[in-house]
Amino acid sequence: MDFLKINAIHHTYFTKTTAVTALSDVSLEVEEGEFVSFLGPSGCGKTTLLSIIAGLFEPTEGAVTLEGKRVETAENEIGYMLQQDYLFPWKTIEENILLGLKIGNSLSPDKKAYALELLAKMGLKEVESQFPKQLSGGMRQRVALVRTLATEPKLLMLDEPFSALDYQTKLKLEDLVSTTLKSFGKTAILVTHDIGEAISMSDRVFLFSARPGQLHKTFVIPKELRDATPFKARNHEAYPAIFQTIWKELESLEPAGER
Amino acid sequence: MSPQENVKFLHQKYIQSLNREKRWVRFYQMVIFLVFFSCWELASQKQWIDPLIFSSPSKVGRLFLTKIQDGTLMIDLGYTLSETVFGFILGTFLGTFLAAILWWSPMLSKISDPYLVVLNSMPKVALGPILIVALGPSFTSIVAMGAIISIIITTIVVYTSFKEVDPNYIKVLQTFGANRVQIFREAILPASFPTIISTLKVNVGLSWVGVIVGEFLVSSKGLGYMIIYGFQVFNFTLVMLSLLVIAVFATVMYQLVELLERKLIKNGS
Repeated sequence: MDFLKINAIHHTYFTKTTAVTALSDVSLEVEEGEFVSFLGPSGCGKTTLLSIIAGLFEPTEGAVTLEGKRVETAENEIGYMLQQDYLFPWKTIEENILLGLKIGNSLSPDKKAYALELLAKMGLKEVESQFPKQLSGGMRQRVALVRTLATEPKLLMLDEPFSALDYQTKLKLEDLVSTTLKSFGKTAILVTHDIGEAISMSDRVFLFSARPGQLHKTFVIPKELRDATPFKARNHEAYPAIFQTIWKELESLEPAGER
Repeated sequence: MSPQENVKFLHQKYIQSLNREKRWVRFYQMVIFLVFFSCWELASQKQWIDPLIFSSPSKVGRLFLTKIQDGTLMIDLGYTLSETVFGFILGTFLGTFLAAILWWSPMLSKISDPYLVVLNSMPKVALGPILIVALGPSFTSIVAMGAIISIIITTIVVYTSFKEVDPNYIKVLQTFGANRVQIFREAILPASFPTIISTLKVNVGLSWVGVIVGEFLVSSKGLGYMIIYGFQVFNFTLVMLSLLVIAVFATVMYQLVELLERKLIKNGS
């Protein structure tokens, strides 16, 4: 049985004057332990799809199931990390990372110790009692990852988590996130508009076309790139070829008149 | 001199210059205070201003001492202060509570919108006579005046701030499966604390207005009654004394709110 199954999703947003179809007939499957990326131009409904997978709202048509259960009923099995860290500025780092457990009424000494251990693993020591604005952007994004992982979600969704960071921090974090998730064997979906990031981090890349958002093509990343850390993958000899393939495909998606 | 010592020296100099500036600010503040009261005293004694209307600091001071000794000032002050504090707390809490209800039910907020606009534009002190008739010429009706004057504006301002909380914080909580109560407690309310505090600061002033007007109308005790009584018997020393006492205690209340602000808003700054 498939771990995550997205089955014929349609979604239309209604306003007083318009009806915009954000997603049209999107179907895909993700295996357990797999790292996949959603790549595509803006307006291809990536964030809408993530929100639907997270069970934040129901699609107009279709269904998403995680281990055979509809995601709307699943609790705390899906972690969602946003573009910016969105740490609560009035809470300390410790309160922030324990937030998910507190909301789910599952805060036990074990889980708390686990969360603090994760924090240390991310290279953040002695920051528990500090407030978010005392940390740098990269540190805050790591705290946000700990907050997401603390509830031990089965599926992790990352919505352009590195886009607000400077390039050096971004490369370092890609490595850290990739190795951390691999070591836990977590299933993850990364949304990005950075081709390099998609290639270097994932096992498969789903390319979406825009207006309406549709699944255009799926790329399987060669094994040698999958096994390397993101930073090494970017310098691997197999990297340019797959980059070119995806680049050309992305170019072909743009309507001729828009260039 | 090594570079480190140099930095230390410059830092000390910087701190000294800050302190010097602070002393000058205090100095000028004192000058304004002294000049105001001595001019007032002088002008009154030289009859440049009518001492019957404007009184003088020395007369106010003497009256203050007699009224302290016979205890009447403390009684009036006690009444007015407790009315103001109750009115202020009631107004702020009920206002925030109403805002929470409106946030909870978007439907209710749409329905009540025109009524809030009408109630907000209405001069609340005009309700005074009705309150006094309905609740009796007593403590209760004056507290009600102090509260009613700030409640609607608090509701509107706090509700607006509830709505303006970044939806991504709510999204974070929703991905953890938070219900509406949890969203309110973890994100909406704490994110709005700065706004609630700033309405508190406005409400301090408003509650004083409500209570003093209430005491004008009820005319039995309190600092507002002191003013209206002094006005009727043409004892303006009494009016001035009351005004000065109000000024002092309104400032103290404002400072207490600022203290509360520093306690409540902690985000590492």
